[in-house]
Amino acid sequence: MPNHTVADILRGLEAKTFSSAEITQQYLDAIVAHDPRYNSYITVTADAALTQARNADQARQNGTGGLLCGVPIAHKDIFCTEGVRTSCASKMLDNFIAPYNATVVSNMAQAGAVTLGKTNMDEFAMGSSNETSFYGAVRNPWNTDCVPGGSSGGSAAAIAAGLAPAATGTDTGGSIRQPAALCGLTGLKPSYGRVSRYGMIAFASSLDQAGPMAKTAEDNALLLQAMAGFDPLDSTSMQQAVPDYVGGLNKDLKGLKIGVPKEYFSEGLDPAIGAAVESALDEYRKLGAEIKAISLPHTHLAVPCYYIIAPAEASANLSRFDGVRYGYRCENPRDLDDLYTRTRAEGFGAEVKRRILIGTYALSSGFYDAYYRKAQQIRRLIKQDFDEAFKEVDMIAGPTTPNPAFALGEKVSDPLTMYLEDIYTIAVNLAGLPAISLPVGFTQGKPIGLQLIGRDFDEASLLAAAHQYQQRSDWHSHVAPGSV
Amino acid sequence: MSLDQNEISKLARLARISVADSETEELSQRIGDILNMVDVMQAVDTKNVVAMANPHDAVQRLRADIVTEDDQREHFQAIAPKTEDGLYLVPQVIE
Repeated sequence: MPNHTVADILRGLEAKTFSSAEITQQYLDAIVAHDPRYNSYITVTADAALTQARNADQARQNGTGGLLCGVPIAHKDIFCTEGVRTSCASKMLDNFIAPYNATVVSNMAQAGAVTLGKTNMDEFAMGSSNETSFYGAVRNPWNTDCVPGGSSGGSAAAIAAGLAPAATGTDTGGSIRQPAALCGLTGLKPSYGRVSRYGMIAFASSLDQAGPMAKTAEDNALLLQAMAGFDPLDSTSMQQAVPDYVGGLNKDLKGLKIGVPKEYFSEGLDPAIGAAVESALDEYRKLGAEIKAISLPHTHLAVPCYYIIAPAEASANLSRFDGVRYGYRCENPRDLDDLYTRTRAEGFGAEVKRRILIGTYALSSGFYDAYYRKAQQIRRLIKQDFDEAFKEVDMIAGPTTPNPAFALGEKVSDPLTMYLEDIYTIAVNLAGLPAISLPVGFTQGKPIGLQLIGRDFDEASLLAAAHQYQQRSDWHSHVAPGSV
Repeated sequence: MSLDQNEISKLARLARISVADSETEELSQRIGDILNMVDVMQAVDTKNVVAMANPHDAVQRLRADIVTEDDQREHFQAIAPKTEDGLYLVPQVIE
């Protein structure tokens, strides 16, 4: 069972080597036995999982099973799951039983996936280390003194520890790719509008995207196939045909032009990561790709731009948490104002409050033009950098993160250094592009991620490029020392 | 750059988050650090650059103005902190 991929499980189910009920039970047992070490799950839905697994076994027998029929997976606790606590790792939603399903949850269920439970994360997805969770920090299975990355840190740790073969994540500034890199996984942030945001608790609505996390690119293709598609319930969902991702994995890479931005190899990059990325690029040369130096001149503005736009949107989105309709409410409010202000002071953690206040500042009268409008203009310059680059190249490659997994507690007291961990991932969200992180080596026993950035809605090329690298390398099949 | 106590109080008021006096100094420092970090944007000439709100420059999709939802009041109010006769209860607002 340990370290099965989704594709392995599908083959095992098809060959009747095991049933979905059996493999689901094995994962549930492993979670009980080993998750106390990692804290990767907030809620485990054992009974529902076994019911879903038995239904999947029946469907497979009847020949009516979907693409992921009987495959156990986990959902980040940001996706509303009907009848199940959906906390977003916040005290504010500790008592929130979602009254409906997110479209991602429905789509995965429709494909026959079995939900093991809801994974830990940074509170409201605000963080890069999974240390801001109301339910406590998550530990990295490669080194339990280190963070798994964030905000989808629980999803990443669960997969790396063998407590789920795959999971969903969300990515606003790197929250799928950075934990995937730090935990030795493959994770894809799709193009903005590719996957529905309906029922996904909003952080920054013009940046948020849901995507898959798993060991391999092939598994990412399987999951994205089930997740993606137009959704009338999400007003920003894009009407784009969903290609056959699995069928496209072996698309020839000969003649593929890969651009390498010089700005992604500047000061602050761990030399071991730079070297691993260079060797990965050599492999791409052997696969027939052409590597070209490019420039994305506004790269240094991405983090500043993001730390206005994301908090501004968060301050608006999180205004819904008022202690009236759902979620936490403070004890004995004196009046309506006290109800609002104390509920929010007690229900939100420090990082969330800080970002709401920054966003409020950026949107407030007298500062709007200088901060919010300015950031939106810079956002266009950043997008134009990518537009220019994609006239010359088909794909852009670089490190996913400047450093490998850092120690728990190391950066949590200094938000600014934490923000810089997302320096290579943030611009991609601002530009709405798809990007994948895949493992390409280790330094001091910790995984290294390569990021490939694609053209709008061209997830298929990223998956093919990652898959073919994984046919020639085995970094993705290394097993964390703490794994089941 | 850092914000003074009045500015922090104003922000807290706008955001409807109560901030204790003991938290003001650290918040002021932290928010000031972020404002310093984003200050680099001010040096960029953006005179003729159109602000970007959506990465695809897409506009909000509209639907026909017809009722498509069922009444689910009881279902949704089942998770509310306090309700009575189908209404959400809050502290008295009008004397």
